[in-house]
Formats: sequence, structure tokens, C-alpha cells
Amino acid sequence: MAEHNEIDQVTGTATTGHQWDGIKELNTPLPRWWVITFYITIVWSIGYWIVYPAWPLLASHTTGLFGYSSRADVAVELANLEKIRGDKMVKLGAASLVEIEKDPALLALARARGKTVFGDNCAPCHGSGGAGAKGYPNLNDDEWIWGGSLDKILETIQYGARSGHAKAHEGAMLAFGKEGVLKKEEIVTVANYVRALSGLSTGKGYDAKAGAKIFADNCVACHGDAGKGNQELGAPNLTDKIWLYGSDEATLVETISNGRAGVMPAWVGRLDPSTIKALAVYVHSLGGGQ
Amino acid sequence: MSQAASLKKMTIGESGLTVVFAATAFLCMIGAAKALDAPFAFHASLGAAASLAAVFAILNRYFDRPAALPPQEINGRPNYNLGPIKFASFMAVFWGIAGFTVGLLIASQLAWPALNFDLPWTSFGRLRPLHTSAVIFAFGGNVLLATSFYVVQKSSRVRLAGYIAPWFVVLGYNFFIVIAGTGYLLGVTQGKEYAEPEWYADLWLTIVWVVYLLVFLVTLIKRKEPHIFVANWFYLAFIVTIAVLHLGNNPPLPVSVFGSKSYIAWGGVQDAMFQWWYGHNAVGFFLTAGFLAIMYYFVPKRAERPIYSYRLSIIHFWALIFLYIWAGPHHLHYTALPDWAQTLGMTFSIMLWMPSWGGMINGLMTLSGAWDKLRTDPVLRMLVVSVAFYGMSTFEGPMMSIKVVNSLSHYTDWTIGHVHSGALGWVGFVSFGALYCLVPWLWDRKLYSLKLVNWHFWVATIGIVLYISAMWVSGILQGLMWRAYTSLGFLEYSFIETVEAMHPFYIIRAAGGALFLVGSLIMAYNLWMTVRAGEAEVQSPVALQPAE
Amino acid sequence: MSFWTRHQIFEKNSIILIGGILAMIAVGGLVEITPLFYLKSTIEVVDGVRPYTPLELAGRNIYVREGCYLCHSQMVRPLRDEVERYGHFSLAAESMYDHPFQWGSKRTGPDLARVGAKYSDDWHVTHLVNPRAIVPQSVMPGYPYLAATEVDPTGIADHLRTNRVVGVPYSDDQVANAAADLKAQADPDNAGVEAFTKRYPKAVARNFDGKGGAPTEMDALVAYLQMLGTLVDFKLYNEKANLR
Ligand code: HEC
Ligand code: HEC
Ligand code: HEC
Ligand code: HEM
Ligand code: HEM
Ligand SMILES: [Ca+2]
Ligand SMILES: [Ca+2]
Ligand SMILES: [Cu+2]
Repeated sequence: MAEHNEIDQVTGTATTGHQWDGIKELNTPLPRWWVITFYITIVWSIGYWIVYPAWPLLASHTTGLFGYSSRADVAVELANLEKIRGDKMVKLGAASLVEIEKDPALLALARARGKTVFGDNCAPCHGSGGAGAKGYPNLNDDEWIWGGSLDKILETIQYGARSGHAKAHEGAMLAFGKEGVLKKEEIVTVANYVRALSGLSTGKGYDAKAGAKIFADNCVACHGDAGKGNQELGAPNLTDKIWLYGSDEATLVETISNGRAGVMPAWVGRLDPSTIKALAVYVHSLGGGQ
Repeated sequence: MSQAASLKKMTIGESGLTVVFAATAFLCMIGAAKALDAPFAFHASLGAAASLAAVFAILNRYFDRPAALPPQEINGRPNYNLGPIKFASFMAVFWGIAGFTVGLLIASQLAWPALNFDLPWTSFGRLRPLHTSAVIFAFGGNVLLATSFYVVQKSSRVRLAGYIAPWFVVLGYNFFIVIAGTGYLLGVTQGKEYAEPEWYADLWLTIVWVVYLLVFLVTLIKRKEPHIFVANWFYLAFIVTIAVLHLGNNPPLPVSVFGSKSYIAWGGVQDAMFQWWYGHNAVGFFLTAGFLAIMYYFVPKRAERPIYSYRLSIIHFWALIFLYIWAGPHHLHYTALPDWAQTLGMTFSIMLWMPSWGGMINGLMTLSGAWDKLRTDPVLRMLVVSVAFYGMSTFEGPMMSIKVVNSLSHYTDWTIGHVHSGALGWVGFVSFGALYCLVPWLWDRKLYSLKLVNWHFWVATIGIVLYISAMWVSGILQGLMWRAYTSLGFLEYSFIETVEAMHPFYIIRAAGGALFLVGSLIMAYNLWMTVRAGEAEVQSPVALQPAE
Repeated sequence: MSFWTRHQIFEKNSIILIGGILAMIAVGGLVEITPLFYLKSTIEVVDGVRPYTPLELAGRNIYVREGCYLCHSQMVRPLRDEVERYGHFSLAAESMYDHPFQWGSKRTGPDLARVGAKYSDDWHVTHLVNPRAIVPQSVMPGYPYLAATEVDPTGIADHLRTNRVVGVPYSDDQVANAAADLKAQADPDNAGVEAFTKRYPKAVARNFDGKGGAPTEMDALVAYLQMLGTLVDFKLYNEKANLR
């Protein structure tokens, strides 16, 4: 290679004697630190292969000295987590809701547990602070569709509403328009009646008497004589100015015509029992617990 | 004149391609007529129009040209074929600006989601592949086509092989880009990162790529230099390996030959492994080997210094191509890919560190004895900084391949930061440097303004720094927030809180991207003025270099 | 001859150079990929994983088309925070009928591997139409046009057939009734629901988009999202047998 052996003036290194479009090459030896570091990475890799699963064979693969598996690892990690959480979590699992409420340490633990799980599982519907969104109830006010006691809340979270779970809250409002029970004008009238129940203004030409009649004939069965609702049936209070879907005439007409039947998923099976309990405590503590 | 015309014979290429393109036009028309979906009809029509245009262009060229084909040499000096190179250089600038603009748009969408406009063709999920393909395959690909055709001719001292073939490669490749890009907007995608184009685009690319390989290889075979120049080793490895990867990762089964949708032959875990064998080596051979080839020609040329070490070139070349192939599983750490494969991916990535740095050393040390030029020549500065970024991302990459590090970085913006330190710093800057050299050489002009290059350099550098530092912070923050536990042993943050935490960094990133884009617009203006206005000027010293 | 002079054989002959390159790049791929096709431990043996129903497959194609995989992973890693946040880590078996796989590489949004049955259909519809209507901090694009676009059931049998060629075990019965099944799954009142549930036990037929009329892309996408991660019953899954 070094036939020409031309020496580069600047570095004093020999060139290889070739030129391509004016470009020459120096015959500089490999930098020592480079070679050494390269060898170190190779030796380190060989060591790693000995310790960890690495090479595929014909029917299996090398498993490494200690039979490492990332799947076995996570099981250990999760078990360690239980240790960090300690006996208190075990106690939480065993305690009844009432007991939790009475024990400040357990209560704090349950709230903390509930809060972290709420963020990833409930907040997408009920909002980060539990304030809800259209069709998804506010969980920190005093109105409860299905009941705001600890037990009721727990039950709702466990089985949901119209979730398909056998124990879910069932029953939804009839789609009065779609099912042909009420005519369009009747629905508009009763919608205005519902507005009046909350002291909201009513539309032009609204016939209060007709509204009361329609309401009495069709709605009191669920929402009660005074429209105060019925938590057994999940029929909301219509007099408290708190609206799940909205109070303008068009929305009310839509609600009454088609029903809503909002779905709250069941969480048994997806979340473990003590976590669900913690959630009930957390939700109860949001502000509106009864 | 008439006599000359009657002596004139059509080459086999001319007549053959006329027939082939006429047939293709016919097939495409049938495809358009029987298409099962609108995008397929659109693409088939584009195919028909392009084929007819090709027939017309070939015939037109035939009738216009003198009887004799362009000579291989004029006065004993190679008659270099520059037309396709000029075209690819132009397209590189065009696609670069397009790709950076779309990058800025998607960066802004992540900061202000209203910019998705609720329309199919403007939503993030369709624009992101448009961005990645536009910058990697359209911008980067055209830079690689232009420089490889230039370097292989100059360093082999022969005219590019083929008469129509080089034009077929550059035009055919850009047609592929158009099909791929419009496809994404219309929702035509294979759903595999960096391999999104559907089966018919893939098929077309295969043909173009084989011709590319042949043009390059035959030019090398006819070379007048006894030895193959080191840049050409890298170009060759890039072209050959991309062909292998493309075929391995893309065996599609179309639902119908008249529809755009296909299902990939591989499924699940095997598909994942094939995908990242491909994806990692698209980085390794497209964004690394190809651009290292650029470095090996343009850095010594611009610095007017010999390449630092021939021996290092040899060792790092073979080690690089051998080791790169193994590293794919570092994209699949802790997934359902078996642990043994992850181990291989990790260890080979670590071993890849020094071979990668071999390229950096050869690039940087070539400057020894010419460091002072960095003060006066912003083009050289751009090239050198690109090599530094290359060194940085090939240190970061092996580090991110370590499983514990990857468990934090994977899925986060850290990966995005790593990508763009490589993409903007290395690929972007080395391409800009090469274009600043190449355009004056091709058009035989002096570069319009070195001062504007200096502006480009600084604006873009600030842009890169903003981009990658924002992504490092947000990526590590995101990773730490996902795994943060309270003292009681509960997850501390919900996912949506981590989304909120990214907001300021997404704004900074968009600002960085905007600067990078502005820099490239400055470059486009500078190059345009070079081509348009530089006629009367004196030649730059570099361009005066004798060809041999 | 020194080592360095020996290298000249590659520098002087382009064909040998190409041969050398091909030999070098062949090794890694062969060693890492081929065993995944023959090693039994690669894909766990589990009950419950079934091919997608026609409606779910149509939905999956929309998922691919819209590039959801660019923001969402479908791969829960065996790391404690992920298992806690998303559920059991993902198995290779769970994506064995996925052509292409959709594990993803970036989590701008949360992992979706186990999102099935987590929310209501209504929530998904509202969220897909306008994510910020329901999650104010979201950066996800809105997809209102999905609700307005119908899915064409006629071609779906060809999709099942193509999947079968690449290895998804669809039965003749399933292929032949693909179009009917697609319509049935999006309409619980459809006469074909019973036959559909026989062909795809445990799959649910619902009016996913809450609107009457022909199945829309929204029906399909929500049907797909609602089945993600619901196939394997982890109470029956043998952890010990599948460490690898
Ligand atoms: C898919 C959306 C969704 C998710 C997720 C969700 N909910 Fe609900 N939730 C609802 C809807 C809808 C209702 C109202 C049901 C009705 O209209 O009867 C509701 C009702 C409730 C109620 C009863 C409110 C009342 O006024 O009686 C409680 C308590 C509740 N949810 C708690 C939770 C908790 C805790 C979680 C998380 C573990 C959760 N929810 C997750 C949709 C959801
Ligand atoms: C079968 C029981 C039942 C009957 C009868 C009934 N409702 Fe309801 N109503 C409900 C339930 C349950 C809800 C909760 C929303 C849902 O799940 O559909 C509800 C919700 C409402 C709401 C929505 C409240 C909000 O906060 O947005 C309005 C308004 C309403 N009902 C009005 C009426 C009127 C007017 C009638 C008579 C025409 C009526 N309801 C009859 C059960 C009933
Ligand atoms: C620009 C990024 C982006 C794209 C593209 C995107 N998403 Fe999302 N997605 C998000 C973010 C951020 C969230 C979390 C906030 C929220 O719930 O909206 C999310 C949340 C979700 C969720 C709720 C997950 C959970 O467990 O809470 C689902 C389901 C979902 N996306 C489905 C989709 C589908 C289907 C597509 C494609 C049609 C898609 N996404 C496209 C960013 C994106
Ligand atoms: C103006 C300059 C640019 C901007 C603003 C920009 C912006 C972006 C954004 C916002 C993303 C999506 C990140 C995410 O999903 O979170 C992205 C992805 C990507 N960009 Fe860029 N980009 C720019 C230039 C480039 C260049 C020059 C290249 C390559 C040469 C490049 C290559 C990529 C790649 C490969 C990805 C995908 C990364 C991954 O999936 O991990 N970008 N870019
Ligand atoms: C020794 C060299 C390198 C190694 C070992 C390496 C390693 C890695 C690793 C570990 C990831 C993250 C994978 C994940 O967690 O998802 C990654 C992503 C990436 N790297 Fe590198 N890297 C190297 C050099 C480069 C260079 C020079 C570029 C140039 C542009 C680059 C471009 C990318 C891209 C585009 C991705 C994103 C892939 C995706 O998820 O879409 N890498 N790399
Ligand atoms: Ca309430
Ligand atoms: Ca990615
Ligand atoms: Cu990689």
C-alpha cells in the first residue's frame, strides 16, 4: 500500500498513496483508546451473555446464570410494592367502610389510594377534580343520582350503571318521544314545566296546567310528585338546578324524547376490592358525601 | 439534418422504456377504471399520467438529441453526467422545506391541538408519517441520490453508467415520494413506521432501487481509479442493505390488485422484530452509512486535507455494518419480544458505539491542520458540527439501548430528542454542508453569500439546541412522572397530568423547529441566487480544484 | 501480506465488496429473526385469543389509517408502574393475529392495550368526536368525520380471506358471512346477531355509535377499542410457564 509513501506535511503521517478527485488518505494507525474501548464493550457484552438469556438455540435459548426473566422480575417488584404499602393496605382490605371512616390513618390511606386510581380510571369521565362533564355527573356536589352514602357510592363503583354487569343499577328513563308516548308539543310543554320546577324562565305560550298534567301522568312515578327525584331508580332531582345533561329547552326536549341511559362502567374485576373501597372513600370525601 | 436523423438509432433503453412505459400507462388506466377505492384511482391516474409523460419525454429527447450519444470523455477528461444530480439537489431543497414545515405543523399541533382542524388530511396521525417520510426519504433520499451520483463519478473518474437510467432513478424516486406522501394524506398506509407506503408504492420503489443499485455498481465497475474510494463503500452498503431491508419488512398481500389496502405477511411479535430490524437499520444505513459517505467526500474536499485514517475507515466500516444489523431489538425492550432477543439488541448496540465513533474520529480529525478554516468558512463549520452531532447521538443511542435507561426513555420525548439530534444536527447539517458545496460545483458558479450561510448556521443551531434540550427535559420528566410513586407506595401522577406537563416544552420545541425552518429558507434563497445570479463572478477556490 | 494490504481485494473489486457487505448484514438478521418462527416459547399458549370480527377488523383498519399508533402504544411492559396503570403486561399471543402489529413506539396518549370495556361506547364516541369536550387537557385530534362515514360491508369478506392467507385462522363460515356479521355486530336488533355470536363467542353486538342506520366508521373503531385486551382471562393464565 505504501509504495509512494508520501508524507503529509502537517501531521507527519504517511499517506496511502492514493488520490480520488484530489482526496488523499493518511495511514494513521487506529487510535489506541478507540481500540481498547471497543474491546471493553465486546468483553462486557460477552459477560452479559453469560449472565442473561442471550443466544437462540435449536429448541430453546441460553438462559443465563440466574435464569433472569423480565416477567419474573416484575412479579417481584409488585410484591415489593405490597411491602412498601405494608400492613395498612391489608388492614384496609379487611376493614369495613365505617371502620375506615373512623380510623384517621386508614382514612388518609384510603383517600391517597383513591386519588391515584381516580386520575387514570375515573377522571376521563368525571374530570380531574370530579366536577363531571355533560352526561357525567359531578361527584363533589350534594346531588346524587344513585345515593351519596358510602355504601351507595361503593355499590355504584363496583357494578356501575347500565354497565352490563348483573348487579348494575338498571332502569332508564323511557324515550317518551321515540316510543311515541308523548307528542312533540307535549314534550316541549313538559320540558318547560321541568324548567319551571327549578325556577327557570319558560317559553312563550307555555301552558303551565298542561305541563303539570303531563308531568303527573308520566313522570312522577320516577321523579316523584314534586320532581325531587328517586335514588332507588336513579331518577335525578329536577328541582335543584343541577343538570346532568343541561337545562335549555332543546336539551330537555332531547332528554325526554330519547332518554339518556348513561353508562357508568363496573369496576369489580378490573380493580381489586380494596382499591374500589378506597375509591368510594375518596369520592365520598370529595365534598358531597352523605 | 435529415441525414443525421436517419442515421440516428434509438438505444435499447429508449425503445425498451418507451414500450414499458406505454404498457404501464395502459395498466394504470385499467387500474384507475376498476379501482375499488378513491385513493387507488387517484394514484393509478397519477401513474398513467406519469407514464405517458415518460413516453413523451423519452421520445422528445430522442428527436431532439444528436445522433451520437453523449461521449464518455471530452478531451481526455470524463464527461460527467450532472443533469440528474442537479434535479435531485433541487428536489432535496424543496422536500426539505416541505418536510420541516410539516414538522413545525405537527409540533404545533401537539402544543395547540386545535390545529388538527378536525379534518382527516390535516390530523396529526396522517401528517406525522408525511413529516418523517418527507425529511428522511424525500429530503435525505434526494441528498443521497445527488451526492452519490456526484461522488461516484468524481472519485471513479468516469461518466455515470447508463443513458436514461440515472434520470429514471431520480424521477422515479421522486414519483414514489409523491405517491407515498399523497397516500398518507388520503389515509393510505401500511401502519409500520418508516415503511408506511402501501404495496404498489413499495413495488415501484423496488424497481427504482434496483436500477439505482445497477447505475451505481456499473459506474464503480467502469472506474478509472484502481481502488474504490471509501465513500463508495458506504454508499454501496447503504444501497444494498436498504434493498434487503425493504424486501424483508414489506411482503404485503393486497386485498385486491385494484385496491390500496394490503395485509403484511408477518404478524405480531415476528412483525415487530422485522419492523425494527428494518427501522433501526433504516437509521443505520440510510441516515448513517449514506451520510457518512457524504462526510467522507465533502469534509476532506472542503477542508482540503487528507482523510485522517485509512485503517480506521476499514475497521469501522466493516464493524459498523456487521454490528448495526443486530441492534434492532433495542426498540423492543421490555415488550413481548423474548428476553434473549432484547439482550442481543442491547449488547450489540453497546458494541456499536466505537465503530460509530470511528466515523466521527475520521471526520473530525481530517480537520487537523485546518481547524482555523472553521472561523472563516461557515460551510465547513456546518459539516464539522454535523459530525459532532453524529458523535453525540451515537453516544446517546447506545446509552438508550441499555435496558434500565430504555425503561425510562422508551415511549417518551427523550426518543424524539435523540432522533432530532441525529436528524437535525447530523443528517440536516451534513446535507446542508454538502448542498452548499455541490450547487456551486454543479452550476459552475460561486456561492452567492457566505454571510447568509453563517446566518443559516447560527439560526439553525439555536433551533436545534432549543428542540433537543426541550425534548430531553420533557422526555425525562415524562418518564419520571410515569413511574413516580408517593411515599405510601402509590402512583403519584395520572397520565393526563403528564400530558399537561409537556405543554411548555412542546411550545419551545415548535419555536426551535421554526428557527430550523427559517435557516433552511435562508439556504434555499442563497442557493437560488447562486444558480441565478452568480454567472459573472469569479470561481470559488474549491470549485477551481482540478477534477482529478 | 499485511492485514491492510489484504483488504485491497475489497477495494479493487466491486462485486467482492458487495458480496462482503451482503455476508456481513445477513448474520444478525438471521440469528435474531429465524428463531422467532420456530422457538415454541416465542408465543405463549393461551385461551381466548381469537381473530377479529369483521366489524373489529374494519375498526382496526381505521385505527391504522388514522395513525393512532403514532401516539398510542398497545404494549404494556412488565414494569410495575405500567402493570399498575394499565393492567397485566402484554403477551405475544395477544397480538398474534395482528397484521401489522401495532405495539407503537411513542406514548403521547396512554397505552391502549387494555382499554377495552374500560369506558362506555358513548364516552368513546364523544371523545373521538371532540376529545377536549370531555378531557380538557387532551392534545388528541378530533375525528368527527368517522361518525358520518359508513363502513362498506361488501368488501370485508375479501379482507378476511386475505388475512387467512397470511395466517389468521378464519373459518369458511366466518369468511362467507363476513358482511352479514359486520352489520349484525353494530345492530343488536339485527336478525343475524345470534348467528354472529355463534361464530364469534363472547364478542358483543351493540349499537356502538348510538345512531341508527348502517354501520359507521365510528361503530367499527369503537367496537375495536372495546375489545382490546379483553380476550385473555388472566385468572387462567399460567405465569410460570411463560417466563422467557
Ligand atoms: C365511561 C365513563 C365513566 C367512567 C370511566 C367512570 N364513570 Fe362514574 N359515572 C358515569 C356515568 C355516566 C354516571 C351516571 C350514571 C347515570 O346516569 O345513572 C356515573 C356515576 C357515578 C357515580 C354515581 C354518582 C351519583 O350521583 O350517584 C359515582 C359515585 C361514580 N360514577 C364514581 C366513579 C368512579 C369512582 C369511577 C372510577 C373508578 C368512575 N365513576 C368512572 C360514567 C363514568
Ligand atoms: C322510568 C323512570 C323515569 C320516568 C317515568 C321519567 N324519568 Fe326522567 N329520568 C329517569 C332517569 C333514570 C334519569 C337519569 C338519566 C338517564 O339515565 O336517562 C332521568 C333523567 C331525567 C332528566 C335529566 C336531568 C339532568 O340532570 O339532565 C330530565 C330533564 C328528566 N328525566 C325529565 C323527565 C320527565 C319530564 C319525565 C316525564 C315526561 C320523566 N323524566 C320521566 C327516570 C325516569
Ligand atoms: C396527537 C396524539 C394523539 C392521536 C393521534 C390520537 N390520540 Fe388518543 N389520546 C391522546 C392523548 C394525549 C390522550 C389522553 C387524553 C385524553 O383522554 O384525551 C388520548 C386518549 C385516548 C383514549 C383514552 C385512553 C384512556 O385509557 O384514557 C383512547 C381510547 C384514544 N385516545 C383513542 C385514540 C384513537 C382510536 C386514535 C386514532 C383514531 C387516537 N386516539 C389518536 C393523543 C392522541
Ligand atoms: C423543522 C424541523 C422539525 C420539526 C419541527 C420536527 C418535528 C417533529 C415532531 C413534532 C415529531 C413528532 C414527535 C412526537 O410524536 O412526539 C417528529 C418526529 C420525527 N421527525 Fe421531525 N421535525 C423536524 C425535522 C426533522 C428532520 C430534519 C428529520 C430527519 C432527517 C426528522 C425526523 C423525524 C423522525 C424520524 C421522527 C419520528 C420519531 C419517532 O417516531 O421516534 N425531523 N418531528
Ligand atoms: C450507535 C448508534 C445508535 C444507537 C445504538 C441508537 C439507539 C437508539 C435507541 C435505543 C432508540 C430508542 C428506541 C426506543 O426506545 O423506542 C433509538 C431511536 C431512534 N434513533 Fe437512534 N441510535 C443510534 C444512532 C442514531 C442516529 C445517528 C440517528 C440519526 C438520525 C438515529 C435515529 C433514531 C430514530 C429515528 C429513532 C426513533 C425510532 C422510532 O421509535 O421511531 N439514531 N435509537
Ligand atoms: Ca352530583
Ligand atoms: Ca416512533
Ligand atoms: Cu435503533
